[in-house]
Amino acid sequence: MSKQEKELLKVTELRASIEGKEILNGINLTVNRGEVHAIMGPNGSGKSTLSSVLVGNPAYKVTGGSVNFHGLDLLSLPAETRSHEGLFLSFQYPVEIPGVSMMNFMRAAVNAKRKYFGEAAMSAGDFLKLMKEKREVVELDNKLASRSVNEGFSGGEKKRNEIFQMAVLEPQLSILDETDSGLDIDALRIVANGVNKLKSAENATIVITHYQRLLDYIKPDFVHVLYKGRIVMTGGPELALELEEKGYDWIKEKEDKESVK
Amino acid sequence: MDKELRQYIDFYKSERDTISANSAEVLNAEREKSAEALGTMHVPSKGAENYHVTDIPSLLSPDYGINIKRISMPMDAATPFKCDVPNLNALLYYQCNDEFRTSDRDYSKQLPEGVIIGSLREIAESHKSIIEKYYNRIAPHDEVMPVLNTLLAQDGVVVYLPKNSVVSRPIQVVNVQSGGVPTMVSRRMLIIAEENAQAKIVLCDHSQSPDVAFLVNQVIEIHCGASSNIEIYDMEESSETTRRVSGIYARQQRDSQLTIDTITLLNGMSRNNVKVEVAEKGCNTLLYGIGIGREKGIVDNNTYIQHHAPHCQSSEQYKYLLDGESRGCFGGKIYVGPGADKVESYQSNNNIIASSEAKMYTKPQLEIYTDDVKCSHGATTGQLDENAMFYMQSRGIPAEKARQLLMQAFMEEVVERVNIDILRDRLKQLVGKRLSGEMALCGTCGAKCAKK
Amino acid sequence: MELNDEKKINDSAQATESQMIINDVTVGDYKYGFVTDIETHILERGLNEDVVREISRLKGEPEWLLQFRLEAYRYWQKQKMPDWAHLRIPEIDFQGISYYAAPKQKKSNPKSMDEVDADLRKTFDKLGISLEEQMRISGIAVDAVMDSVSVKTTYRERLGEMGIIFCSFSEAVKEHPELVKKYLGSVVPYRDNYFAALNSAVFSDGSFVYIPKGVRCPMELSTYFRINAANTGQFERTLIVADEESYVSYLEGCTAPMRDENQLHAAIVEIVVERKAEVKYSTVQNWYPGDKEGKGGIYNFVTKRGLCRGDYSKLSWTQVETGSAITWKYPSCVLKGNNSVGEFYSVAVTNNYQQADTGTKMIHIGNNSRSTIVSKGISAGKSENSYRGLVKVSSGAENCRNYTQCDSLLLGSSCGAHTFPYMDIQNSTAVVEHEATTSKINEEQIFYCNQRGIPTEEAVGLIVNGYAKEVMNKLPMEFAVEAQRLLQVTLEGSVG
Repeated sequence: MSKQEKELLKVTELRASIEGKEILNGINLTVNRGEVHAIMGPNGSGKSTLSSVLVGNPAYKVTGGSVNFHGLDLLSLPAETRSHEGLFLSFQYPVEIPGVSMMNFMRAAVNAKRKYFGEAAMSAGDFLKLMKEKREVVELDNKLASRSVNEGFSGGEKKRNEIFQMAVLEPQLSILDETDSGLDIDALRIVANGVNKLKSAENATIVITHYQRLLDYIKPDFVHVLYKGRIVMTGGPELALELEEKGYDWIKEKEDKESVK
Repeated sequence: MDKELRQYIDFYKSERDTISANSAEVLNAEREKSAEALGTMHVPSKGAENYHVTDIPSLLSPDYGINIKRISMPMDAATPFKCDVPNLNALLYYQCNDEFRTSDRDYSKQLPEGVIIGSLREIAESHKSIIEKYYNRIAPHDEVMPVLNTLLAQDGVVVYLPKNSVVSRPIQVVNVQSGGVPTMVSRRMLIIAEENAQAKIVLCDHSQSPDVAFLVNQVIEIHCGASSNIEIYDMEESSETTRRVSGIYARQQRDSQLTIDTITLLNGMSRNNVKVEVAEKGCNTLLYGIGIGREKGIVDNNTYIQHHAPHCQSSEQYKYLLDGESRGCFGGKIYVGPGADKVESYQSNNNIIASSEAKMYTKPQLEIYTDDVKCSHGATTGQLDENAMFYMQSRGIPAEKARQLLMQAFMEEVVERVNIDILRDRLKQLVGKRLSGEMALCGTCGAKCAKK
Repeated sequence: MELNDEKKINDSAQATESQMIINDVTVGDYKYGFVTDIETHILERGLNEDVVREISRLKGEPEWLLQFRLEAYRYWQKQKMPDWAHLRIPEIDFQGISYYAAPKQKKSNPKSMDEVDADLRKTFDKLGISLEEQMRISGIAVDAVMDSVSVKTTYRERLGEMGIIFCSFSEAVKEHPELVKKYLGSVVPYRDNYFAALNSAVFSDGSFVYIPKGVRCPMELSTYFRINAANTGQFERTLIVADEESYVSYLEGCTAPMRDENQLHAAIVEIVVERKAEVKYSTVQNWYPGDKEGKGGIYNFVTKRGLCRGDYSKLSWTQVETGSAITWKYPSCVLKGNNSVGEFYSVAVTNNYQQADTGTKMIHIGNNSRSTIVSKGISAGKSENSYRGLVKVSSGAENCRNYTQCDSLLLGSSCGAHTFPYMDIQNSTAVVEHEATTSKINEEQIFYCNQRGIPTEEAVGLIVNGYAKEVMNKLPMEFAVEAQRLLQVTLEGSVG
């Protein structure tokens, strides 16, 4: 694989704001196939904004920079095309859609993608088979799939449901936004196992988290620290352990001091 | 021309000079076109849309006396004090029928600079340009009762609050109906709040002659300037022979807040219209109401909030408790016009029918012409919670007492909305008394209050 | 999708999901807008006593029915068109309409499918209402009404063995005059309203159902209405009588060709439910709504009312309203029997320049009667969508209950959504609850769908179907799939 083929995502000087407030102040990040990146940082540092901007949430306004996603100008694409091209976000707060069954929802998603690539819609039989197969990845039971999207799901079920969708859509780049929040230890294990099962040399994962806990299960190759809308530090898995031990205050102090200079 | 209106138009035409001579030029200037407009109008018949309970034709048919010569009627200023709000520390004014009267105290020195409170008739002469600018500008020109008021009103109350003026003491206007023959009262009030002005206004409605039939036709116009904050508490404790049609018409400018609380404790028949035009952005509109109906009483509240501007909020809450053969009616319309985005509007109407003969008619309405809104309304009609009744009785509380406590608790939510502490406490007491039936015992005043 | 696939789904754990999954969205505009070129007997335009007499004569009606028509006509003449609804109704030229159009059949009363005119059969085949197919497999008995005349009623013989009468109104007049005479106008008298009077004067056909005591109708009964001829109005009449302890589920569907001029549809449905009987009446209304500029379309003025006459009787209305330029319709329940139950489940979608003023009336007269109203309005484009409902508890009706929920969903800033509920409570033992909300479609939900690759338009269809699910679930399976697809098609182009 050439360097170009290997490089999945390249974020250059990305800036974004919400309701006129600048949140991202020039993000630079390169993610290669086969890698797991963790993005950590204190509350309000811009972690969720980064994921929202990458997947094209219309609530955020991009004010500068560029994003290359396997050769595509990502920022010029509508959200659904980004999805078709292999970008997946596991939402921090998965949205409830009353009355819309998971089956129907996923079928619409799968067939939209197939249509995008000029393939015929999946037959009902094949689709049911696919659902059954992927459910096993996150130990999701049959009943969950017949319920409305995220409606009445527990916190753990919602997150498992996100990973289930990831399994069905087989993205090239998955962004897990605070997937560990609100999970008990068993659910965390199931979710992490699911993510690990889906990992391959072809795809990549960005794990956004506040705590190191999830990283015990999903081993990162790189750890980035985000603060005030910029990546201020990059290291290996040991950086996450250091943060776990020392908290974020030392980074804040260091950065604030530097910005004063 | 409707026959009910003919007698009023004929009366006006024959007495035009007397009416005008006893009023002010600004008021007189509106009369001719009002007479003309009335000639083309129709009185809404009972059962017509928005008039399910109130029978306007039958209100207008009788032959009332109209005191156009301004003969001073006797008023016992002490009477309303039986139900007064002690320690309210209000700036106190009276209206006997539609005649403005001051109390024996002179507040002029206590009012912030530029604030004017007084007789509409006098101020229309002394500050003509102000009254000319605001009089009859919001009250509808196409509805029978307000136009009839404009035709006949000779005096009334003005509250003028210039820019940045804050009147911290409540302004209380005690309205007393007095007379020996059936009387029609055309009561008028004009409230002008300029930018940033603030005031709380308490209106108390009493009848001094409990056996005399009154028809009170009240029109209150409120101009809410930018960032002003006006609260109106309109309390009726009149008599079973009093029929009242009240119209409160307001227009709100940018960032203003307006509260209108309509409280009916004792009455014969009341139709209270509240219409608020939210003309500019950032406004907050709060409408509350309490209706306690008993015997053959009718409590009919009709509200209409028109949202023409974005980023506004409105909230409405009306509660009714109907006993005896009383009838309650609530009509509440919320209009959100094109472009009025980010409007949030809530309305609720909860009613308890406490007797087998009482009836409730509810008609909430939402009319929405834009998509970025959050609007909801809810209405319930039912009885007191039987489980709660049983629970209380099992703790030894007699059924009647339990009933009363639950009714009071039901009303509490709206009573709590009153922003003047002393008035709120007093109102709690009054509602409590009203619910225990105490007020029906007293024969001395219109309110039939038991307390000496 | 092949039948085989559907079967697989049905066999899977999610039986209720199967219907969802079949909704392979057929993209396109109004797909029923074709005209059948068929020889039609049309009366001269215009309305007068002679026309009323002529309709009666053409149908070979007895004298009492002619008199009923004439009385209604005379009453109608004295009435004015109602204007209280939240609708802008253009002037309707009642003299510009033909009041009778009948497709000419070679045989007047086809006994078997072979006798039904081939073109006529094709029309219904094209609509997906294949008469033969129905006969053979689906287990639904169909009465197909084209323009004003019943074309063919399927399954009659089998139903007849159980004593069930399911036939065209004209046949009922001939074969069961005593029943028709007894019930006609008993729930909706011709004096009821302007359009009821008009219908009573000129109705040409419709369906008649009688379920005898203790019989559970083994299949769904269905009428499919089709307006075909130009410049005609359709005035059909449905009369359903469910005798004691019987049950029937009845479906009504409707379509019309795309024509530039407006066409009038003024129907009456009367239902009588006796003691312990139950009637489920479902409608998917898909009359031509006019084009995107608001040109053409059906004016739909319909009076539907059921009388729950006996104790423990139950009537349930379910409607999915997607079509018509103007809809004016309030399927109602008169709950006369003690412990009777009335239900109204409605989804009304309006787009472009459509106008709908629809809702229900629940009149509680019997003790312990209960009613439920669930209304979901969806407005898009420049349309106007109003819910109007009355809950009335009469003074003698003890312990009645009503629960009403009406929600409005707004798609786009140029449409209107309105709620006009009336609650008239005259008895202190009643408990009546009403909740209403109005809001725009949730953008977070749309984005969540987008992120999963679902384009906005499809996402809106999904979300709207989910929003309406509570009502859709009340529809019989065969109708639910069609209704879902209709919701999606109706809202195409409404967002983005």
